[in-house]
Amino acid sequence: MCGIVGLYFKSAALEQQLGRMLAAMLVQMTERGPDSAGVAVYRRPVGAEASKITLQSGDDANWDDIHARIRAALAPEATLEPLANHAVLTLHGDGAQAADWLEANLPGVNITSIGRAIEIYKEKGRPDEVIARFKLEEMAGSHALGHTRMATESAVTTEHSHPFSTGLDLCLVHNGSLSNHNRLREKLRAEGIRFRTDNDSEVAAGYLTWRLSQGATLKEAMQSAIADLDGFYTFAIGARDGFAVMRDPIACKPAILAETEHWVAMSSEYRAIAQLPGSKHAAIWEPQPARIYSWERAA
Amino acid sequence: MRPNHGGESARRQNGEALRFDLKDSPVRELNRALHERGAEGRSIRVANPGGKHNVAVGARFRGEVFIDGHVGYYCAGMNQNAAIVVNGNAGPGLAENMMSGQVRVKGDASQYGGATAHGGLLVIEGNAAARCGISMKGADIVVGGSIGHLSAFMAQSGRLVVCGDAGDALGDSIYEARIYLRGKAAGLGADCIEKPMEASHREELAYLLDQAELGGMKAGDFRRFGSARQLYHFQIDHLGAY
Repeated sequence: MCGIVGLYFKSAALEQQLGRMLAAMLVQMTERGPDSAGVAVYRRPVGAEASKITLQSGDDANWDDIHARIRAALAPEATLEPLANHAVLTLHGDGAQAADWLEANLPGVNITSIGRAIEIYKEKGRPDEVIARFKLEEMAGSHALGHTRMATESAVTTEHSHPFSTGLDLCLVHNGSLSNHNRLREKLRAEGIRFRTDNDSEVAAGYLTWRLSQGATLKEAMQSAIADLDGFYTFAIGARDGFAVMRDPIACKPAILAETEHWVAMSSEYRAIAQLPGSKHAAIWEPQPARIYSWERAA
Repeated sequence: MRPNHGGESARRQNGEALRFDLKDSPVRELNRALHERGAEGRSIRVANPGGKHNVAVGARFRGEVFIDGHVGYYCAGMNQNAAIVVNGNAGPGLAENMMSGQVRVKGDASQYGGATAHGGLLVIEGNAAARCGISMKGADIVVGGSIGHLSAFMAQSGRLVVCGDAGDALGDSIYEARIYLRGKAAGLGADCIEKPMEASHREELAYLLDQAELGGMKAGDFRRFGSARQLYHFQIDHLGAY
């Protein structure tokens, strides 16, 4: 069992409230996932010429030293903003290329997200602890996803926690379990997709990364996932300008969508949505099996 | 006996309504009152359910419970005797294993509503999601809207009335429950077939529609589905259908 929440603003009016509203939702999903929690927050977008990379390391990480090494060898203009054992790196140029350098030269430092707006923070522990640690309630932004994990098929570590990055400004959270993830992981590895864990949800993320790298749109990638992923899932997928929700054809795993004139929210259960201002008058419905629901802000 | 709900019976209650505000008090306090017979003769009003789980589970008393808002998992499970109204939507497992009484949801219900229910009447005025009435064992379920896939799976007895459409695999491996469908089924499950509407079927359907108080529904607009009784005993020729 796991819990998923997603919140997307239709206009900028509520942006200052994003972190507080998402935190209230995430706490409601504690019983569904007390092992670890994570959030992907879309905020403070940088321009097309720049990239943002979220780094994660052990609790004893020396961020000043890491910053100095990045400035000396990779990008002299880079800024680094530590937040507990994560840090957001901002630099000019291509994020994926920079990530290659970081992975090769900074052992012990993991990359949780790459893009222009996305930041991913995730950690072991109860949702309220994770929220406090990363000061989620203070974060403003346009949209965000959150996940609470009850581990069923692989270890409880930071790296096994959700959300999983699936590409530039893309991420995935999952409630369910996949049964063909081992074979699919081998196939994707042969295609050049890298995996850090034995987690099934990371394979779903890697699958989307692979399809997108072949030129598929996000919707096309999700559509083909219905055929290629075997198992139970409710997915929420974050993108730079929006988010999407999809359930498997059997639809055992719960999902609720709600919409007002100001926001669209998604959760495993209504009680998370009940925390939001205006929820009493929201349109509320259950997403149909194997149907893609997506929202996108006009660029 | 026609269960009471709404304002009609408020006049008939002795004493004032018992009130529970789930914003402040735990669900267990409400349920304890429903388990004990002491509350009988009074109505119970529940405010701010906020999608909480297990609201009004295991009720045993003869009386009304009015829940003003949306509820989470397993609302009204194992109900006996009580007439429970949810003025909102219900999460998964609504009225699971109900024994008697009436449960009415004014909005939509999530998956496996009325699962394994033995008796009583479950009315969902909106839509019901997947697996509605799965393994039902004698209850009556009336849905004002449409139902999701795999509804009435292995349903043993009782009646499932659907005023809208049904999802795929309706009545898969059904035993002796009867399905009345006004709209279309996306597909029938294994061993589920359409059966003729006899006068006795129209009569029982008219009674159920009247009980459900949905209004504007005519028994003549419905079709009946039930078991072809080909999967009762194992036959090697049917292996693919199991």
